[in-house]
Amino acid sequence: MNRWTRRGFLTAGVVVGGGLVVGVALRPGNRARDLSRYVAGDAETLVHTWVKLGADNVVTVIVPHAEMGQGAGTALTQMLAEELDADWELVRFEEAPAIPEFANHPMGKGMLLAGVDIPDIVLPTVDGVLLRSAQALNLQITGGSLSVRTTGEYGMRIAGAAVKEMLRDAAARSWGVPAAEIVARDSQLIHEASGRIEPYAAFAETAADMTPPASPKLKTRDEFKIIGRHVERHDIPSKVDGTALFALDLRLPDMLYATTRRAPVFGGGIARLDDSKTRAMEGVVDVVALPAAKVGGIVGRFESAESVAVVAEGYWPAKQGLDALEVEWLETGNESVSSEAIFAQFQRDIDAAVDRETDEREGDVETAMAEAAQVLTADYRVPYLAHTCMEPMNATAKVEDGRCELWVGSQSPLQFRQAVADALGFPPEKVTVHNCFMGGGFGRKSRADCAIQAAQLAARIGRPVQLIWSREEDVRQDFYRPAIQSRFRAALDAEGNLTAWENTYVDKHEPAEAPLIPYAVPARDIGHVSSPTHVPFGAWRSVDHSQHGYFTESFVDEVARAAGRDPYEYRAALLRDKPRHLAVLRKAAEAAAWSTPLSEGRGRGISLQESFGSIVAQVVETTIVEGRPRVDRVVAAVDAGLAVSPDGLRAQIESGIVFGLTAALHGEITIENGAVKQSNFSDYPALRMSAAPEIEVHVIDSGHAIGGAGEPGTPGIAPALANAIHDDTGRRVRQLPLDLFDLQYQPEDTRLRS
Amino acid sequence: MTVLTVNGVERKIDVDPSTPLLWVIREVFELTGTKFGCGIAQCGACTVRLNGRAIRSCVTPIGSLDGQEVQTIEGLAPGDGERHALQTAWIQHQVPQCGYCQSGQLMSAAALLERNPSPSDDDIDAAMDGNLCRCGMYGRIKAAIKTAAAASQRTPTEVGDE
Repeated sequence: MNRWTRRGFLTAGVVVGGGLVVGVALRPGNRARDLSRYVAGDAETLVHTWVKLGADNVVTVIVPHAEMGQGAGTALTQMLAEELDADWELVRFEEAPAIPEFANHPMGKGMLLAGVDIPDIVLPTVDGVLLRSAQALNLQITGGSLSVRTTGEYGMRIAGAAVKEMLRDAAARSWGVPAAEIVARDSQLIHEASGRIEPYAAFAETAADMTPPASPKLKTRDEFKIIGRHVERHDIPSKVDGTALFALDLRLPDMLYATTRRAPVFGGGIARLDDSKTRAMEGVVDVVALPAAKVGGIVGRFESAESVAVVAEGYWPAKQGLDALEVEWLETGNESVSSEAIFAQFQRDIDAAVDRETDEREGDVETAMAEAAQVLTADYRVPYLAHTCMEPMNATAKVEDGRCELWVGSQSPLQFRQAVADALGFPPEKVTVHNCFMGGGFGRKSRADCAIQAAQLAARIGRPVQLIWSREEDVRQDFYRPAIQSRFRAALDAEGNLTAWENTYVDKHEPAEAPLIPYAVPARDIGHVSSPTHVPFGAWRSVDHSQHGYFTESFVDEVARAAGRDPYEYRAALLRDKPRHLAVLRKAAEAAAWSTPLSEGRGRGISLQESFGSIVAQVVETTIVEGRPRVDRVVAAVDAGLAVSPDGLRAQIESGIVFGLTAALHGEITIENGAVKQSNFSDYPALRMSAAPEIEVHVIDSGHAIGGAGEPGTPGIAPALANAIHDDTGRRVRQLPLDLFDLQYQPEDTRLRS
Repeated sequence: MTVLTVNGVERKIDVDPSTPLLWVIREVFELTGTKFGCGIAQCGACTVRLNGRAIRSCVTPIGSLDGQEVQTIEGLAPGDGERHALQTAWIQHQVPQCGYCQSGQLMSAAALLERNPSPSDDDIDAAMDGNLCRCGMYGRIKAAIKTAAAASQRTPTEVGDE
């Protein structure tokens, strides 16, 4: 409990409609190392949480994280209910932005700020979660697999514990007994000696006058009853009957629809626009050229270029109108850039290694290389990837009387508010963001580009506008997972021991530790060179772990094979100083019966990747069918410290695996003539049910700090599959996607071998 | 003017007959449970049932539907406050993550079970392969379909809510 002092700024309780509302805003005075890494400078980070106790004894937890399918709302609610000793049946959660009285207006602010000294930079809005000055922000707000790890650990639990103590003190006062004799259980306070039992709600008003404890006592893990228990997700019933509200589903009186297009070559402005055909079309209301805008963000580029939009009575006429536009775009100088040219540039920059920056250096790599019995080299590369959330980019805006209301699915609502305010020339408090369920996020919905367009259109037209991007626009105007090339050199001694590991790659993004390896190698030199391109990039599920996990876990497999050793045993030996990693690797290997040979014609591969505070090992079994890998089975083991919601954690790992598998098998965004070649699921395919493997997830509760869930499943699937292909065919695939290769007939791809 | 039945209610609609059913359902009838995903029948998010069969509403012109019967996710449950066996199984298996594709998944699954009450794995793959789930919940979807199939077989009169 001393990773962080957990001293909270609990706001004085406020009675609202006969219930108790307590807010908690936490300032990391003694920041945990893990969190401070993400916090540049001395900007304050606040985790902000609300809990309401109604007169009906129902506890409502207001979850300050957006729901994009990860189930964080339910897990966070469990954490609060646990410390509160609430009756789970009487616990509800609401996503913060859906609560108008807590929205960005004086009441919400006043409640949070009552008597509490909070830095000015903190705007206690409904959508405020992990807040600090926009410039210092280098972390997604709902992202980084952080909801449970930060808001849950430092917000929800403390809020629950504090409210419980206040209620108990209130009961003690009312009953005239010592608080220590009162037990809290299932949303009731019990004094056994006198036989008194009353619901929490009976003390809400008294508690509201109390000063919340600064450091309420938290439970130890052996006391948990709700954390770690299987509970059904609260959001699921609305997702099986069509009532869940995504931003695309909003219907406002007098609303128009719009769709839009940007220059295919990123950054190109409008040179000439002929909208005469479009304007003559039935249902078309207007054609609008929109200016370039700053979209904000955490990773990657922060601007989007001019665009042209057609506003109409429905999406269909808008789309027909957009297709009928004649637009010429300004040249940017990137009209001849191709993927081949980009990778050639990466290769040149790695060769030149000018201004190579070190990620990690230990021991003497050059001497180890010189004395090696065997030196292995390999170049790996992966392409750009789009996010293709199931829900295409969209936003709905209403601009009226100097105010803007925005309905959107956002991973970063505060940032959206600021970006939209800037684009409209409004102060941020004049913009209200109503965050909706996200039909997938994966990092894409941390960018306000589409939201800004919607707001600009609504301002221009004077009526509410729902802007919907076509899937083609969604694929071609993304902030892509960066393409990376990575070169390795390894030294092995005469016994096959790994004595040196050298790695140079382009380019470096987040998180910094992504290329590091957990293995005990005496000499290591890992570094990067810069090789910028014109392709906009951003965070994509698991961020840089998705590329480096594939590279490092494939190359260590190459090393094991070169040493003539079993890849699992070889890794295990290199994990002698990492018992936690070793336990995860062992769990996956044993659950997959690693030591039992597979039938002829099948291959098995393994991988291990730590990311976002969790460790995941995967064993993949594959069969090559007509030159293509069929993934038969994936056995994963995950140590996320503690599984708050075990089924939720399993679901996230399953999801991460399928997401990574889509990328490993099919994912490739190709740049041709400066623009993205792919357009839709027809040429940018996603895994379908018939190709989906059986997935088995084993959860290890190691007792360590809680790790992430949404991202750690993704990085390990590509290397485990590539390693399985090698096991089966003897061929090492050093480039993704696997669709590029016919594994049956063609010789091993050697283009990238040095 | 096109006259069709949507979830048992007769609807008259006068729009450009090339307008895909999807946009009529969502924008005119305001039944927003049916989703837009790709516009070219590649993802299945827009799946509804036309005379019982699963179809992609994003490529089905409204003008072709005169006199036809459409069922959307809003009409899947047998009655108010009840759930279709598939919806119950979906909750039991905690299928949805983001949930955006699930209306389409459920409509494809409902069409499958109606013509094939006890589908094999291959039958399920064949019926569901047109429905993408970017959250990757295929294993859970398949398990839930089997659960619903078994439940419907066991208690054909009690396929509603549990």
